[in-house]
Amino acid sequence: MSLAYYPGCTLKTKARNLEEPAVASMEALGFKLDEVPRWNCCGAVYSLADDDLIHQVAPVRNLVRVKKAGETKLVTLCAFCLNTLKRANLLMKQDVDKRNTINSFIDEGLDYSGEVEVVHLLEVLRDDVGWDVISHMVKLPLRELRVAPYYGCTLLRPREVAIDSAEDPTILRDFLKALGARPIDFPESTRCCGSYEVISNPDDIPEYTRAILDSALNHGAEALVLTCPLCDYNLARGQKELVKKNSGFRRMPLIYFTQLLALALGLGPQVCHFELNHGSPESLLREKNLLSAVENVRPIGG
Amino acid sequence: MSAKQTKRKPATAARHRARKPAATAVKEEKKAPVREEKKIAAKLIPIYIMGKRYEIPEGLTIMKAMEYAGYILIRGCGCRGGTCGACGTVYRKPGDYKLQVALACQKTVEPDMYIAQIPFFPANRAAYEFAGLTAAPEEIFKLYPELFRCVACNSCTKACPQGIEVMDTISALKQGNITGAAQLSFDCIQCGLCTSRCFGELAQYHMFQLARRIYGARIVPRAEHLAGMVKAVNEGKYDRMLDQLKRIKEDELKRLYQEREVEPMGAGEDWKPKDTTYL
Amino acid sequence: MTKKIPVTVSSKRLRREFVKKVKELSGQNLQLCYQCGMCTGNCPTAANMDVSPRRIIELARLGLEEDIASSRTVWICASCLACVVNCPRGFDLSKVMEAIRLLTLRKNIDHVKPEDIPPQDRCELPQIAMVSGLTKFTG
Repeated sequence: MSLAYYPGCTLKTKARNLEEPAVASMEALGFKLDEVPRWNCCGAVYSLADDDLIHQVAPVRNLVRVKKAGETKLVTLCAFCLNTLKRANLLMKQDVDKRNTINSFIDEGLDYSGEVEVVHLLEVLRDDVGWDVISHMVKLPLRELRVAPYYGCTLLRPREVAIDSAEDPTILRDFLKALGARPIDFPESTRCCGSYEVISNPDDIPEYTRAILDSALNHGAEALVLTCPLCDYNLARGQKELVKKNSGFRRMPLIYFTQLLALALGLGPQVCHFELNHGSPESLLREKNLLSAVENVRPIGG
Repeated sequence: MSAKQTKRKPATAARHRARKPAATAVKEEKKAPVREEKKIAAKLIPIYIMGKRYEIPEGLTIMKAMEYAGYILIRGCGCRGGTCGACGTVYRKPGDYKLQVALACQKTVEPDMYIAQIPFFPANRAAYEFAGLTAAPEEIFKLYPELFRCVACNSCTKACPQGIEVMDTISALKQGNITGAAQLSFDCIQCGLCTSRCFGELAQYHMFQLARRIYGARIVPRAEHLAGMVKAVNEGKYDRMLDQLKRIKEDELKRLYQEREVEPMGAGEDWKPKDTTYL
Repeated sequence: MTKKIPVTVSSKRLRREFVKKVKELSGQNLQLCYQCGMCTGNCPTAANMDVSPRRIIELARLGLEEDIASSRTVWICASCLACVVNCPRGFDLSKVMEAIRLLTLRKNIDHVKPEDIPPQDRCELPQIAMVSGLTKFTG
């Protein structure tokens, strides 16, 4: 089964380690992630100003292209892109005046009013594949690895585009359980990593990192599972500073949810591109014997 | 283009014959034959240059129209052949809010065209030592961080007289695809019209040039046969032949040239000339 | 703890262009806020703010433009929306933060210059950071 897929600029370069295990895993699960032709940068953040239409053009143009391709559902992996695309989509659905203005400005020859459904890969795994099916397909269970699910902001806020509850999300918990890991819930799992403040106030990042990682560590986590390339960068950068300042600070391995999925499905570490991870999870995974490929992994029905 | 047409009327020829002098007749003044000129008046159309109205003969390019109107162009004009990018021009037609773009040396004037020239729009060009650059897209991120100010508004594409998908090219750069950007921007003549309209204040054409340079120097594989050829030349394989050629007299040279064997159209890879001395 | 600010409230200040523009750009009814402080309590970057998120709303609706302009608050805001999902009145503070930022940025006064981002960072930062940062901090 084919799904229209929007990668986003980061996943094509710095976060190939988020994308490639996803593409491979979905193939093993019987789905093909079909990149939308001629996609452009979505703008990364949703414009919060009431009169600002120019920043809506980028995400809407991508949605128009999806509609042109005859697709009604768009899957994305990048948390930032999910938030921006989904919020812009909602705007086009709800605000008639802005919709008309944006449509007439974007000369793509097709009017758009929110016909495409924008979803995150986790939603596809939960709703279209199912945790039971995934459990069944696991070839290399994650041996009760104590992983803390870290959501960050963009997947859960604002409520109107959230993929799960903003206060008590369970999607990553269920995901980790299906893979045979032990999810470690902790209070700061939805606390912001600092986001784009790394551009303007990079010196504040370690503080935000400490709040999150200290909490995860205190609740017994061995690693953090992430969904966003900026969280990976910020938490790793923050950690590095904290280790420098305080040699007692314990480094927390950071790993993408798609990498855990690929490993659990037996696809092996090659497709995961751990060399691109900023949070060095390899030594922990090696220690737990999770870095091996398992033969004969066949897609459903194949 | 207005044309001066030379036409000899039939009556003139008859008059010439009639005037032939008799042997004993008065010596007639010998006059040079009169050429009748038939002037065809060119249709004049109004255009507005920098806000002032001029009547310009139809069929002129914008550049020629400005010169017809009396402008002497020392900037904003160059090759006059559509490749140097000096004469970027913007114009509007009455009743149409759309902004149009063209190259002044290529575009023929239209009635009521309202034009303004953008010969040079200030653009940020990063200073760099090319020898030190690798094939990584990070080189472009480092030198042109304003690349990320692009909001995908498409104003640049609309402003491009060469029909380049400028927004897609910037998108390729953001995605780290230097090859894509180099290929998409192949026709770029650096006119700067995209930069003049850019919401994010990017200098697209400078970024594209860097992408093409990196692509050509670091990504495109080297032609092996070219390297072989250069080696052969440097090793003196053709020295003797060149010396011989220098000593041949002009007539002999002309004969050799006219009698040369030409590779036929559609010849296969294994075609060889009859005389293989020079291979 | 945020610093104490002596304020002068006048009816003239309340009718200032600034208050109108903030309301217009944010689309928010500033009167909704009853100053409970949930936003400040949930804000991950509040500890670094000289004026708390809660106080920004109060200063905004009182037209105290200068006190807001001299604070770091809106420039430390990461648009994480923790305030939005926790506000008991359904008030969208992230939009007010954006409105205040834009009132500066639209005067062509940038908060960050791309050339001031260290070259090493420009190479290493994920594109989402560069795009979002430049969108939020440059005009």
